[in-house]
Amino acid sequence: MRKINAVLLKEILYLIQKDLVLEWRQKYAFNGMLLYVGSTVFVCYLSFGLRQFSDDSGPIWNALLWIILLFTSVNAIAKSFMQENRGRLLYFYSIVSPQGIILAKIVYNTLLMLLLAFICFVFYAFVLGNPVQDIPMFLLSLLLGAIGFSTSLTMISAIASKAANSSTLMAILSFPVIVPMLLMLIKMSKNAMDGLDRGASLDELLTLLAINMIVITVSYILFPYLWRS
Amino acid sequence: MMKNWWKILTVLLLIFTVVAGVLSEVPRLAILNETIRNLYFHVPMWFGMILILLISVIYSIKYLRNPTIKNDVIAYEAAKVGILFGVLGIVTGMEWAKFTWGEYWSNDPKQNASAIGLLIYFAYVVLRSSFAEQQQRARISAVYNIFAFAALIPLLFILPRLTDSLHPGNGGNPGFNTYDLDSRLRMVFYPAVLGWTMLGIWIVNVRSRFELLRQRLYETV
Repeated sequence: MRKINAVLLKEILYLIQKDLVLEWRQKYAFNGMLLYVGSTVFVCYLSFGLRQFSDDSGPIWNALLWIILLFTSVNAIAKSFMQENRGRLLYFYSIVSPQGIILAKIVYNTLLMLLLAFICFVFYAFVLGNPVQDIPMFLLSLLLGAIGFSTSLTMISAIASKAANSSTLMAILSFPVIVPMLLMLIKMSKNAMDGLDRGASLDELLTLLAINMIVITVSYILFPYLWRS
Repeated sequence: MMKNWWKILTVLLLIFTVVAGVLSEVPRLAILNETIRNLYFHVPMWFGMILILLISVIYSIKYLRNPTIKNDVIAYEAAKVGILFGVLGIVTGMEWAKFTWGEYWSNDPKQNASAIGLLIYFAYVVLRSSFAEQQQRARISAVYNIFAFAALIPLLFILPRLTDSLHPGNGGNPGFNTYDLDSRLRMVFYPAVLGWTMLGIWIVNVRSRFELLRQRLYETV
């Protein structure tokens, strides 16, 4: 059992490394995502005119940030299975276990989303002003959001990549699944924004962790069936 | 005949539900007034929906373990009947909400959760229709069905407990507590739940048998 775990771990590390190297060599994908975040934030800035901050625009500020993050993550993660060509998938199929692949993709997407979410938040706060009072707690909600989005979207993108019109499917399959997570994230980050007592967000935090655990476990169990086809 | 006793029971239960639901004595409550009779039609829809969707998920799991056309067809038909019950639940609920809360849609967490749940299963139907090959369609939609159900559970059972709701018994147990339902309501409510759920199972049964026969016909033609 321990030996199998060690093999799995090695596979995961190797696959993450491969994804990182691939990303580094063809930077257009990552740069594209950066530009996507940047231009979306700027469009929001121009169309909402939120710079002049009033007290009641706090919820809008918060919701807008999460919507930008949601669309960014859908776009960033959608390509995680679609970009691989058939030959390479066949090659992976013969040398690594499906569990290794899904876990490696989840970890890699989480890293990617963490980076993107952080950059997005900094840029967003820079352009639209920063009303957040409890920054560490807000960053924690960003962290949980990045993990949550990447775990559930990785599995969805694996499902969608098998189908014909995968980009539309990606959106319609993922939004309903992600909504509960998004609602809790918005609530938690709103608490952090208003600088409420940290205990107030404990419920949301635990539920988010629980949902993430469920999603990872289910992905781990189900991915082998998807991988076979 | 002996095999069909539960179908006869379903019909009897539903006749009882409709007749007793419309004619029987109900407690006089402020605001609710006579609309409380909707309890026999609105709430059983949700019980039925959850049970039938559970059947769908169980058959999806069975499909992954043992890929036969039968398992796939039952999972799909159950999901469709679940959608039907969900839509009926939302429509009856909106009607009720209009007369008690004043709006068809009042941003209640349970209303939102049910709408999202329906979106998930609409997505399931769209996903199925985007595959041409039968085995691939069956396997991948089974995977999505299980995945979506796992994501739906927190939505239906945890979220309404965390937020305030206009529905009765919020902030704690989202169901009814013992004081809400008096014995006259229970007399009709339990048979109603049983009757509607059994009707749903009956529909799934008939539809999947029909679908299987149709597929066998196409194979031989």
